[in-house]
This record gives sequence, structure tokens and C-alpha cells, in this order.
Amino acid sequence: MEVLVASAVGILTATGLYLVLRLRTFPVILGMSLLTYAVNVFLFASGRLTIGAPPILTDGVTTYTDPLPQALVLTAIVISFGMTAVVVMIALGAYLGTNDDLVDDPIDAEEEDAG
Amino acid sequence: MSLFLIVALPFFGALLPGVMNSAGRQAVGGVTFTVTLAAFVGLMTNLPAVLNGDLVQSGFNWFPQLGLNVTLMLDGLGFFFATLILGIGLLIIAYARFYLARDDNMGEFFTYLLLFQGAMVGIVLSDNVLLLLIFWELTSLSSFLLIGYWKHLEAGRQGARMALTVTGMGGLAMIGGMLIIGQIVGSYDLSVILQNRDLIQADPLYVPALILILLGAFTKSAQFPFHFWLPHAMAAPTPVSAYLHSATMVKAGIFLMARMWPVLSGTPEWFYIVTTAGLITMILGAVIALFKHDLKALLAFSTVSHLGLITMLLGTGTAFGAFAAMFHILNHATFKAALFMSAGIIDHETNTRDIRLLGGLRHLMPITFIIATIAALSMAGIPFLNGFLSKEMMLEEMEHTYLFGPEWLVPALATFGSLFSAAYCFRLIGHTFLGPKRDAESYPAKPHDPGAGLWLPPAILATLVVVIGVAPFLVENFVKIVTAAVLGSAAEVPDAHIKIWHGFVTPLYMSIAAVVGGLIVLSMFKPLSRLWEATPRPEAKTIFDDIIAAFVMYARALILPLHNGAFTRYGLIMATTVVAAGYHAWATGLIGPMTREVQPVGWAEVGGWIMLVAASLGLASLHHNRLLALILIGIVGLMVSVAFVYLSAPDLAMTQITVEVVTIILLLLALNFLPNHTPIESSIWRRTRDVVVAGAAGLATMALSYHYLLRDAIATPISEFHLANSYKGGGGTNVVNVILVDFRGFDTFGEIIVLGIAALLIYALTETLLNGPVRARLLNRVPDKQLSGTQHPMMMVVLTRVIMPVVLMVGFYIFLRGHNEPGGGFIAGLIVSIAVVMQYMASGFNWASDRIRFPYHGVIGTGVLVAGLTGIGSWFFAKPFLTSDFTYVRIPPFEKFELATAALFDLGVFLAVVGAVMLSLESFSRLARRAHVKDSDNPMDVDPSLLDEANSPKGGV
Repeated sequence: MEVLVASAVGILTATGLYLVLRLRTFPVILGMSLLTYAVNVFLFASGRLTIGAPPILTDGVTTYTDPLPQALVLTAIVISFGMTAVVVMIALGAYLGTNDDLVDDPIDAEEEDAG
Repeated sequence: MSLFLIVALPFFGALLPGVMNSAGRQAVGGVTFTVTLAAFVGLMTNLPAVLNGDLVQSGFNWFPQLGLNVTLMLDGLGFFFATLILGIGLLIIAYARFYLARDDNMGEFFTYLLLFQGAMVGIVLSDNVLLLLIFWELTSLSSFLLIGYWKHLEAGRQGARMALTVTGMGGLAMIGGMLIIGQIVGSYDLSVILQNRDLIQADPLYVPALILILLGAFTKSAQFPFHFWLPHAMAAPTPVSAYLHSATMVKAGIFLMARMWPVLSGTPEWFYIVTTAGLITMILGAVIALFKHDLKALLAFSTVSHLGLITMLLGTGTAFGAFAAMFHILNHATFKAALFMSAGIIDHETNTRDIRLLGGLRHLMPITFIIATIAALSMAGIPFLNGFLSKEMMLEEMEHTYLFGPEWLVPALATFGSLFSAAYCFRLIGHTFLGPKRDAESYPAKPHDPGAGLWLPPAILATLVVVIGVAPFLVENFVKIVTAAVLGSAAEVPDAHIKIWHGFVTPLYMSIAAVVGGLIVLSMFKPLSRLWEATPRPEAKTIFDDIIAAFVMYARALILPLHNGAFTRYGLIMATTVVAAGYHAWATGLIGPMTREVQPVGWAEVGGWIMLVAASLGLASLHHNRLLALILIGIVGLMVSVAFVYLSAPDLAMTQITVEVVTIILLLLALNFLPNHTPIESSIWRRTRDVVVAGAAGLATMALSYHYLLRDAIATPISEFHLANSYKGGGGTNVVNVILVDFRGFDTFGEIIVLGIAALLIYALTETLLNGPVRARLLNRVPDKQLSGTQHPMMMVVLTRVIMPVVLMVGFYIFLRGHNEPGGGFIAGLIVSIAVVMQYMASGFNWASDRIRFPYHGVIGTGVLVAGLTGIGSWFFAKPFLTSDFTYVRIPPFEKFELATAALFDLGVFLAVVGAVMLSLESFSRLARRAHVKDSDNPMDVDPSLLDEANSPKGGV
């Protein structure tokens, strides 16, 4: 099981990073979503993997999974929605304003000339 | 009055002038004056205690862990400076009220002035050096605002920047020095530090600490070689120059040297550095001042010179030197502020400060003439004025000081400095007021004496100059109390008296030589001036600008290649750096033995894994088709949720799957505008490079995860505590939820606020887009995809409406059971949002928004408010913020159930989540709504009850 989770984190990171390095806003947003998954699973896994022992206190049960990373990741998931929404909005605003959805700043060349 | 209040009054008062700006100049000036007066009176209530030699203290703990506490103390030295700051402040405020022109923003000016005043009072009353440093930086910042107050003047802006750069760097050095002292002594309280002279001076770090602290003091007090910023700061309005650059801020460095005198002085290092710097500054300032034609520049350099004099006296390390220094601070503050205000009057009335254009003003401005003459003669060291007394004392002290070279050198140099000092004073009087009256036309404006508002403040100071000069015994006792505070336990207060007549002693001859020499120098002013103009001199401003330009060049050379505005470049640099750092840690670190069992894997898990991996790899290769990419990312999210279920995290699974739904809706809304296809732009080389970097990062995270998954944490996790106390302390069996709403409630509170802010940001961006130039484009936009034949399909409309109450019920249930079973405010909020979004999707924006009774902003606000009030509620039971409580009640015929304050908090979370999600999605839809030609106003396109009237569906394009 550990191999599966670890490799899933790795593959999510790799594909996420690859997409983040693309030149258009939409794949970059998708890439960041994938990275968010990777980070969330990674954080969640810091409580180590436990199967069939949810952190719901039940009489007679003594083994529970670690609840703390779960609480942290729960808010992280919700916040990541807010973050994605803001980034999408910025990307949309930029696209509507300039009619292109490139992520790199085109002023770049001029700046270097001035410097 | 409590010391705390004295310091706080100007800061609180600073809010008033800005707010009252529209109430008129009189009101703004009046309120500023009143605030300062209140602080001044409050200070005076402490006078008896200070005269008794008591130490007044007050304060409270701020960051005791850092040793940073708001502790204030008032002794003779602090009282002296605070009186100068507030007393001269009162005069300056009265003066500035009449000085500022009608179109100057007076509220802004007085706000800055009060900020500065508060910071200065804070410096002189601080007992804690860290607190002192905070106030110190505040004076740098507020003086920046004051110097640059006339924003339209280039000189003002540049002078402000230069002052901030120099004093800011000095402040930085001083922080280092103070921290060293604090480390040596083990306390940041001045009252403790001042008792540890031997400990500090024996420490090997004494010299670095001394140099760092002196850097701070010298930059602030414009000592050589940092004297250059002060004349450039004279571009400020004259009240600022008079206040900051003669009476208060530049004395902060002097104050600090006096404050630290008991522990820092008396060593050879102190003596040579401080005395030499002071001596050079004094002579240099005096010589330059003589040849300045601008009245304020002349006064600026004369201030530099006098600050040098005081520094030199402190540097001698003798009790008499400190005594003379304190007395001269008092005298200098009176005559120099009066001179600055007179210069301001001349500038105000004649429109020029160029001495060469003036002359003969005594006939035209007799009052100003008398005030300025008294003050200038005092500065020159003429008997029966206060400047004479302290100058005598300085010369007496110098007579005994041996620094280097032959024994007569220091006294001679001191006399030389005094000579030039006398010369520029005489020049100030002679070339401005004396001499023949010019024709009325040759002055830039017709000069005349100003109203009492402008001349009264300097007149009061000039009166003090005479009173102290004639009857020095009036202030002698006070100066001695101040000196005693400076000396601390390091030395006894000298027995000397301040006297006008000492008999025929050397200082008298030195004084006479200086005055006579000054007159002679002035008589030869024209040839000397030509000589001065012909001598090449380094121009400080050019050097400063060159240094700054060099720094900017190097910074650009370093930053521009890395930071060129290309997002992909940052991503690449960051990823490779992180991977490299991780690899380094991996290669050099130790990896412990495996301590955990490997969990078994079944076919179902492998199946889920294959779907996740296939979807994410597919996403990377097929992302050019954006709709397909959305479906693939949906699969990834779904698989992650399934994994959470399987790995004992039901709360996470529910959150993930609901967030997944709203995220996909959001991205779909965005795709409505963005192109559907990503073009292939990057070269094969570039893609290979990205694959390599991404692959390396993936491998690295995989290896890291794999290794820690099979090893236990080194330290015991704190999770056991949460499991053990969740039911007992929090009253809930769902530990994750109890952590969210109880153990870590404050975090959650912050998180819902962040979420709310994100939603408001999206709303604001939408508003900007809709009201900006994009609006026209949005309105004229033709959708690039073919629209559905029926905008609101009947099946969906009916289904969503039927399902709505059910979904709300589920949300309610999930919310209620959250404390004990998987669920809670976050998940319930997301579920309810989905229910509402479905109505928007099925029945159209207009229909749905017509039926929304509460604006979503309000919902967010209510949520945060409910959560916050729940937290505040615990204050009424004398508990810290967000302390929870719960109880079990039984209302027949129901079973026993629990009531918990955490549920109220969770309600806040619920509302904030609903509001934030809905506001974000609604904002996106509003863009879309404007973009469409027309949205249907009807609840559904086919209204069964109206079928007879309208046979064909409305809407559709």
C-alpha cells in the first residue's frame, strides 16, 4: 500500500509540475490543482497509513488513525478551492484584458534593454 | 499622568488631524495643539518626582519571551528631552498653523508631526532597548514623511530618501549593537543594562557593540562622515526643519549616547571615536556654514557643527563634559529653533532665503530682526545670552582634553571652530538685517513683519535665551538633575556652577579670540568666499547617488536574469533548487531503520491506483484539449477521495468530493471564456527539459513519501492528546471535527476569514472587469461553442427542484452530526452550496438570483461574525477566546442530546463556506450572464401552466 501512495504522490507531483511549466494559464491552473492533490495526500500521509480505523471514538476500539493531519488537510482542501478560484479569476481577467492567455510577462525584453 | 498615556497620546491624537481635515485649518491646528498640550501637562505632573530624583516607571508585558516589553521610565534625562520635544512641539504647531499655505494639506502634515512626536517621546521614555529601537525606526519613517511632505518638490523627495537611507542603515546597525549588549547583560531593560558597566566593558564584544551603536547615533545626529544628509533634508517645510533638524530628531543620537553613557563611555575606544568625530563635525560644519548663501543651509550646517560640539563633550567621558553637553542641548534647542523659525519668517515674507538677495531688513522687519539677532548672538557666544555660558564650559573642557598631536592642538581647534561659528552668526545678522535698505523692487517680495502667530513662538524662545543667559542659576539645578541621570552610577555630578564671570581664565581668552576672529573673518568674507568657491570639494550628494546607482546596478545584474517576469522560469528555478536541496539532504543525512509494517495491497487498490495514474499521465499528455483535461482531473479528484475513504479519513473524502464538484463547475465557467484548446508552442527540447525536471521532482517526492511512510516519527506525535481529550474536553467523538472547531478553533477561524477574503477578491475583480474596458468586449462577445437548444432543460429543472429539499436536509443532517460522526460545517456548507448551484445551472441565473434573499457577502460576514462572537462569548466567563463548553440536555420525548458552543462556531464555518463558494461562483456567472445576449427571465423555458399561450420555447440562439 505504501508503494502505491508514495508513487501516486510522486506521479501527481511530476505531472502537476510539468503542467505548471506550460505557457498558457489553463494548464498551469490544472497543474497547480494536481500539485494541491499531491501536497494534500503527502500531508495526510504524514499521519502514516491506517486502514479501517477512522478517528471516530467508538466504545471498545483502541486503535485509531492519526486525526491531526486530517484536520489540517481538511481546511487545506477548502482553502485550495478559494485559491484556485482566485487564480482562475486572475487568469480570466488577464485573458479578457489582453486577449491572450500566456503566463509569461511579455514586457520582459524591454525591461532588460532599459537595465 | 501615566507614562504610557504620555507616549500613547500623540499616537492616538495622530488620527484626529487627518480625519478633521475638512473641519478647517483652525480646528486641525487646534486639535493637534490640544493633544500635544495634554501630553505636555501630563509630563509636567511628573515634575515633582523627577526633581526628587525618583525614577517613574510604568508598562506591561508585551513579548516577554523575546524580552520585549512595553516598559517606560522617566528620569531627569528622559524628562529633559520629553520637555524639549513636547514644549518646542507646541511652539512649532502654533507656528506651522500659520506657516503652511492654504493649499497645503494641513491634516496630513499634523498627522505626520504627531506620529513623529509620539515616536520621539517613546524613544526618550523607553526603558526597554528593543522598544526604544521600535520608536527609533518610527522616527526615521515619520521624518521621511515629513521631509518629503511637499511631494511636488524633487529636492524634498530626494532629501527624504537620503535621510531615510542613512538613518535607516544606522538604525539597522544599532539594532545589532543593542542585541549584543542585551546578550552580554542578559536583559533588554535599560535599568538593568545601565547597572552593568564593568560586565559590558570587559566583554570581547564591547567594541563591535560600541561601533554599531555609535553608527546609529552618528547617522541620526548627522556626525561626520554621515553629516551630509541633514542639509538635504532642509528641503522640508521650515517647521519640520526647526522641529526635527534642530530641536528633536537629530538630538536622538545625542540622547542615545547620553543614555548609554554610563556603560559605554570612559574607554579609550569611546573617547577616540566619539571625541574625534565630534571635533571634526564641529569644525567642518562651522566652516561650511559660513559659505552657505541659503539661510536654511547655513543653519543646517551650523546645527551639524553644534551637534558635533555636544558629541565631542560627551566623548570626553568626564562628568563636567556631560554637564556642559546637557546644558548646551538646552541652549541650542532654544536659540536654533528660534533661528529656524526666523528663517522661515523671512522666507515666508520675502520669498527667498538667499542671503545675497537680502540685507537691510532691520528697517522692514524689526521684530524678526530683534528675535533673530538675540538668537544668533547667543549662538556666536556673546555674554548675557545662554550660548555664551555653554560655549565657555565647552572651551574649559577642551582646555583639558588631549586627543593627539601637541597639547595645544585640541583647544586651538576648538577655538578655531568657535571662530567660524561666530563668523557665520555675524554674517547671518549682518548680511540679512544690517546694511543699507534695498529698493522695494529688489526684494523678491515686499518684506514686512508677519502676524503674531508666526513671530510669537520664536519670541518666546528668544526670551528664554536671554533669561537663561542672564540668570543661569534658574536652570542650574535642573541641568544638574539631568546630568545626574546621564552619569548614573558611573560618576558624581560635578560641583561646578554655571557662572557668567569666571575671572580672567583661559576659556575667556579663547572666547574673546573666537569672537574677534569671527569679526575679522567676516570682514574678509568676499575674498574668502571666492577662495572657497575655487577650492575643489567632494559633493556628498553625487557620491551618495553614485553609490546608490552602483548598488542598483549590481542588484539588477543579480536579479534580472533570475527574475525576468517569466513565470515558467521561476517555476523551473524553484523546482530545481528544491530538488537539489532535497538531494543534498538525502545524500548527506542519515536514514533510520524501517519500523513499520507494509500494509497489504488488494486488486481494488491497484485498480484505483491505475485509474489515478492513468488519468494524471493522460492529463499531462492530452491537456491541449481542455474539456478532456477537465474530465481527467475530475477522475484524479475522485480517486483521491476514494483513497481517503479507504485510508480511514471519511471527513476528508466528503470534503474532497464536494470541493471537486464546485471546482469543476468553476473551471467550466472559466472555460466558457477561455479558448478550448491549448496550442503546442514549446519546442521538443523545452518539453524534454520540463519532463526531466518534473520527473526528478516526482521521484524525489515519491522517495521521500515512501521512506517516511515506513518509519515512525522521531518524536511522539501530539495526536494522542487529541484522541484522549476529544470526548472528555470537547464533547465530540469525531476527533477531526473537534480539532477543527475546538482544539484548533483559532486556526479555523483564520481560515474561514481567508476563504471569505478570497471570495470578496473574486467579487471585486469581477466588478472591475465588468466596469472596465473589458465590459464592451464581454457584451459583444459571441460564444464560441454552440449553445444548447434549450437553455433550461425541463428534466433538469424538475429534478433539481425536487432534489433541493432533500439535499438541504442532507446538509442539515451532515452539519448536526458533525461533532460525533463524519461531517461538520465545512462539508455541510459545500453540500448546501452544491444544492444552490444546481438551481442556478438548471433554472438560470435570473431565476435563481431573484430568489436569493440574502447577499452572499452578508452570509460570509455573518459566518465570520457568528464564529467570532462564539469565541468572544467565552470572555464573559473569564475564559480565553474560543474556549468551548458543552452540556447534555433532555427534552422529552427526544433522546438525550448534546448542546455545544462548538456547534455555534461550526455554524459560523458553515455560513462562511456557503457564502464564499456561492459568491465566487456567482461572480463567474455574472461575467457569463453579461456575455450572453439575453438570459431568460422565466423559471423554465417550458412553463407547463402557460403551454397554451406559448408553444415554442423561449431563449436559445
